[in-house]
Amino acid sequence: MSSIQTPEITNLGGQHMVLNMGPQHPATHGVLRLVVEIDGETILHVRPEIGYLHTGIEKTCEAKFYQQVIPLTDRINYLDPLSNNLCYCLAVEKLLGLEIPERAQWIRVLLTELSRLNSHLIWLGTHAMDIGALTVFLYTFREREEILRLFEAVAGQRMMTSYFRIGGLSMEPPLGWFDRVQNFIKTFPEKIDEYSNLLTGNPIFMNRLKGVGYLSPEDAVALGVTGPPLRASGIDWDLRRDMPYSGYEKFQFKVPTSTACDTWARYEVRLIEMRESTKIVQQALDGMPEGAYKADAPKIVLPDREKMKTQMEALIHHFKIVTEGFPVPSGEVYQAIECGHGQMGYYVVADGTAKPYRVHMRYPSFATLQALETMARGRLIADLVAIIGSIDIVLGEIDR
Amino acid sequence: MTEVATLLGRQAVLDAMGEHPAIKAVLAWNPEALTDAKFDRNELTLTVPPELIRTASATLRDAGYNFFDDLTAVDWYPATPRFQLSYHLLSHSMKQYVRLRVLVDEPDPSIPSITQLWPAANYFEREVFDLFGIRFEEHPDLRRIMMPDNWKGHPLRKDYPVEGYR
Repeated sequence: MSSIQTPEITNLGGQHMVLNMGPQHPATHGVLRLVVEIDGETILHVRPEIGYLHTGIEKTCEAKFYQQVIPLTDRINYLDPLSNNLCYCLAVEKLLGLEIPERAQWIRVLLTELSRLNSHLIWLGTHAMDIGALTVFLYTFREREEILRLFEAVAGQRMMTSYFRIGGLSMEPPLGWFDRVQNFIKTFPEKIDEYSNLLTGNPIFMNRLKGVGYLSPEDAVALGVTGPPLRASGIDWDLRRDMPYSGYEKFQFKVPTSTACDTWARYEVRLIEMRESTKIVQQALDGMPEGAYKADAPKIVLPDREKMKTQMEALIHHFKIVTEGFPVPSGEVYQAIECGHGQMGYYVVADGTAKPYRVHMRYPSFATLQALETMARGRLIADLVAIIGSIDIVLGEIDR
Repeated sequence: MTEVATLLGRQAVLDAMGEHPAIKAVLAWNPEALTDAKFDRNELTLTVPPELIRTASATLRDAGYNFFDDLTAVDWYPATPRFQLSYHLLSHSMKQYVRLRVLVDEPDPSIPSITQLWPAANYFEREVFDLFGIRFEEHPDLRRIMMPDNWKGHPLRKDYPVEGYR
């Protein structure tokens, strides 16, 4: 984060102007400050200044028990909370060598896909709103509300779910919950058609997006771009399919790509991804296995409430886990998953105690932001707004 | 989860995994550069000296690890060498990660920057510089990224308190 004075950008030459966009600009989706050097309306350089939301989550993690870190992860990427939970839990489970029951894995997949839909819906609504199509925002938030109600039913929280636990889930979904998901998923493809009808043929929307923000495949890989922007640049890479985790290898879905490399391609890729996510949720509902929702590891996973009240041993385990945590054998792991915005990675270093020695999060927006200048150079200021929208930025995950 | 035996130490890894593309590439380039290796929880870690990080990562890039995924540091205070840098490289074609581990020590911990090789490393190196105080030589724009410019200290170091006054 830089101080507020206008920074020096060389070669002003009497005709270039330095413009501060943000940190309080509605199109920057948070507190992102862009120092833009312009020649008339044409962008010559963009320098993002970040750090306004930095809360030191990585440092905080080092002072918490392993299970206490989970609620912190929601708050990093607040639009895709369950992916954060999943990535952290998978990393710690890898450290512990813990086997997760199939049912827990499937519910995790189901919920992360709903979470992805949630993330894409917000992206679509705000992106269209930045371009000037306000109606879409109202439509997407209608469906997002449905998803949040489903989250609330399982986790008791709409946004900061913290539903996954190390070793499984916090509790079994309530009665009738799967039917509610089924009802939502049945009608959702029609809703995607609705958004598509509003935008895909819309000449204003198309003119604002097509050919804007070109990012070549080579640049995308070199700049660390992941997720939908990477696939829109023609790189066929999705961790869910290529390096499956949490049982994704059992699901059939397509990975959409495009070779247009522009903001329009990113729009199209995400729209197809929403349809594919719907299919994954449907498969998860159809094939949902029976069984336990958490691993049989009494020293790591909290016991059932009932057992705790009747069995001495369960009560002791509960007391131990809550007051002392559980030791994790020393080592280091890096676990990456595909979240709504791209590739998310958790690097956890354990030193044998009940608190992580170091937790580092690699978040997709942080890397993707570096590609902003490549995409925006030579374009107009108005295009910059479209480009920021198309990379689907979340400042919470950039600043952490 | 398929459990594979943990291999600790350079010799153990070389004996069991000599055919691994990352190990083969590093050995073909400079066997002396591989000072330590570890295969733990299905993850391969190769340790190289700090002054060779640029050529080491270039070697791995040519061996197919085309994507720079992550860079961070770990402070092992009060042990020496104090800082460990972990580079995570991903291969899209082989669908696997490799971790490069580099140890740097005080005073003035520094390491050559790999931003020229991987533009993606730019922000990650700035973040490590900001929060750990490790300098990246020849980095194009080495400024603080998270903390204000006039901030004193490096928050992720272990001798920096989690709460209260410094």
